[in-house]
This record gives sequence, C-alpha cells and structure tokens, in this order.
Amino acid sequence: MFKTFIFGLILGIAGVAGVIYALPVVDQHRETSIISVKPNGGNVERFHISVPMDRIVAGVADSAAPVPPGLEWPTAEMFDGMNAEIFKIRNERDAVIGVASRLAATGQRGALIEWVLHLPARGSAYVTMNSEPSPEGYRAGSLRYGSREFTTLTGTMTERWVAAADDDLDTQQGRIELEVAFVSVEEPVEEAVE
Amino acid sequence: MKYFIGLALGLVTGIVVGALFFLYNPLTASRPLAPLAVTDNDKIILSFSAVADDAIVHTNDGESRVAPKPARVLQLWEPAIRNTDVSVTMLADVRGAPVGLGIKYSSPSVRTSLFNGEAIVDSFWHVYLPERGSFVIGQSENHFDFLRQIIVPAHWSSGKSWRGKWHGNLTAGPGPLGTAEVAGGSGEFAGLDTEAVESMSARAYSATSGPVAIDGQLAIDLPRPAAADLADDR
Repeated sequence: MFKTFIFGLILGIAGVAGVIYALPVVDQHRETSIISVKPNGGNVERFHISVPMDRIVAGVADSAAPVPPGLEWPTAEMFDGMNAEIFKIRNERDAVIGVASRLAATGQRGALIEWVLHLPARGSAYVTMNSEPSPEGYRAGSLRYGSREFTTLTGTMTERWVAAADDDLDTQQGRIELEVAFVSVEEPVEEAVE
Repeated sequence: MKYFIGLALGLVTGIVVGALFFLYNPLTASRPLAPLAVTDNDKIILSFSAVADDAIVHTNDGESRVAPKPARVLQLWEPAIRNTDVSVTMLADVRGAPVGLGIKYSSPSVRTSLFNGEAIVDSFWHVYLPERGSFVIGQSENHFDFLRQIIVPAHWSSGKSWRGKWHGNLTAGPGPLGTAEVAGGSGEFAGLDTEAVESMSARAYSATSGPVAIDGQLAIDLPRPAAADLADDR
C-alpha cells in the first residue's frame, strides 16, 4: 500500500506540473489585422472611432455633461487647457481591437496633441501629433515609441474628423479616422563576408 | 481496495504538494532590489493610489472583482479588450502634492507561465505633468509575487481578505535589467529615452473587491545629461 501511495504522490505532482506547464493561462483574442502596403514602403492600417458611441472618457474640467456620467475630473488650475479622451478603437470591419487615449493641452510650453493606441494582442504605440492641422483637414504625427509588435517600427499617423451624415445625426456625431503607416527599422541581416 | 485508497491518497497528496511547490517555489523568488536603486542618477518619483475607487476613472469588462468607476463608465466587453483594464489616476510627487495625470492600460500577456513563476501583465502608462510635459512608459509586469503573497492568502483567509505590509517591484521588462522603457513626448521630456520601475506597497486586499489599501510608485531614471538639460530648462 505504501508503494501505491508513493506512486500516486509522484503521479499527482507530475500531473500538477503537466497541467501548469501546458495549460494556457491567458487567452488573448486577436482580430485579424487588415493591412495594405504603401507604394513607397510601409504598411497602412486604418482605424476609426465612432463618437459618441466609442468614447469612454471625455476629461475636461467643468463639463456640463461629463462622460462618463458621474465623472469627477480634477479642477486644479494646472489642468486648465487640458483635454484627455479615451476611446475604443475599431478596425475596418468595425470590430473593436483596442483602446486609445488622446491628450491635448496648451500651456507655457506650447500645444501638444498625442495619441496612445493600446491593442492588447499586439502592443502599444505612442504618436505625437503636429499641433497645426494640414490645409486638407487632417492632422499628421509620427510614431515616437512602440512596445512589443510596434517596437521595431517607425512611421506616421494621421487623424481626421468626419462629421456624420444628416441621416445619422440621431445616433452619432461623427467619427475620428486614424491612418497609420508604419515600417520596420530593423537592420537587415548582413550576409557573412569572408 | 486498499491499493485504490493508497493511490487516491497519494494522488491527492501529490496534487496538494505539487500546487504548493509551484506556488512557493524558492527558485521563483522575487528580486528584492530595484535595478534603478543602484544608480546615482536623478529620479522622478510619482506616486499614486492603486485602488480603483481612488482613481478618477477605472474600467474593465464589468465582471471582474474590481468594480468600474464611475458606475456608468463604458465597459470593455468586446473580445479583443475584455481582459484589459484602463485607469485614469492622479499622480503625486514625493510630498504628496498632485503633479499630473496618468492613464494606465493593463492587459494580461500570453507570455504568462505559472510554471516559471511569471504572471505577466503588459502595461502602458500615458503620463502628463502639466508644468513639465508628457511621456509614456511601456513595460511588462510580473504579478506572481503579488499573487502568491497577497491574493492567494486573501482567498484562503476566513475573512476573504489580507492585511499586512508588502512592497515589491512589478516591472520585469522589457529592459535588460528588468526595467521599463520610457519615451518622452513633449515639454522638457521631448526626446528623452530612459528607464523606469513601477513598485507597489500593499497594506490591505480583499478577495471579493480587490485592492483596498495599495499605493503605487513610478521611479523614472534621468540619465545625467538629461538631468542637466532638465535643470537648465527650468
């Protein structure tokens, strides 16, 4: 009986080890990326945000209709001129693929507008935008830093506000369109030279 | 029959011993020293409350033990973001005075391996200090020590809570010394590339509602030339 007990003990320990080793703890859902290739290099992806449906936070002091309802945004003087928004972002199939924050502020050090795109299955991208929009009506910026899948990338992003058509005004105000064009900056593997 | 009972007893004991071994495996012990503690560079220290109820906004899938705040905030229920937490929190300096705002995204990583003592969370801070500028912190956090020293004891306790004193580093990469990466965006941080470490000091945790009294701290290393530039800038 003792030998059987020892056999069961070893089997139990091995079973736990096997389960802990083999069982995936995290199952991160990933939507298929919809990427097109730019003629002059780089991969283009387009995301959009439906406003107000995808707006999680509209952080601005003394708002009459705060988003979300009940939001107590800091009213300290240093946050004057600052606007922080958080959104869900969608791909071209209209599937939510991540969350993003847009920070806009004016102050002694000039104006800043910047985005963080957080795509849980892929990584995060930090994009700093030009404070002045282009004559064509969009604002451009560049990838400042990326984590995980975006680590070795560089490139640009544009944001554009598209107002909703008159028919849709009951349900939405419009949409923010983001177009990223990223390209890898990894050094090509050099062939060994004798 | 006695062999069957022996085998069953052995199996149960083995499962318990195996589970305890992996939970308290000394080979997966935490690093007691923060990598940045051994440098003599200047640092920016930002502290914050890691309790969701103290945050300005905290949202998740709405089904986790930590309740969203405010209650009517949009929840992250779609498959791609269902495991993600977003928190907007006030950041304070070492004296406790508010100096800015931080938005933190946290998502559990598929690199998690409990076998190796790794409960990995990929997180990303978007930080704005109104009088100084903005930057981001990209990091992988290892919550395994927090899990085994706080969450598991809280679940095992009859009161479904944990009280005590615990301090630990969460940051486990992607820097070679287990540090987070910092990229400056605007103001005096424009162009800055440096490292950071996030740590946590816990005093109370509830198995039913999550963190009760937990403070977080971000330590951002300022390389010497950068520190000199920032001083000139001021």
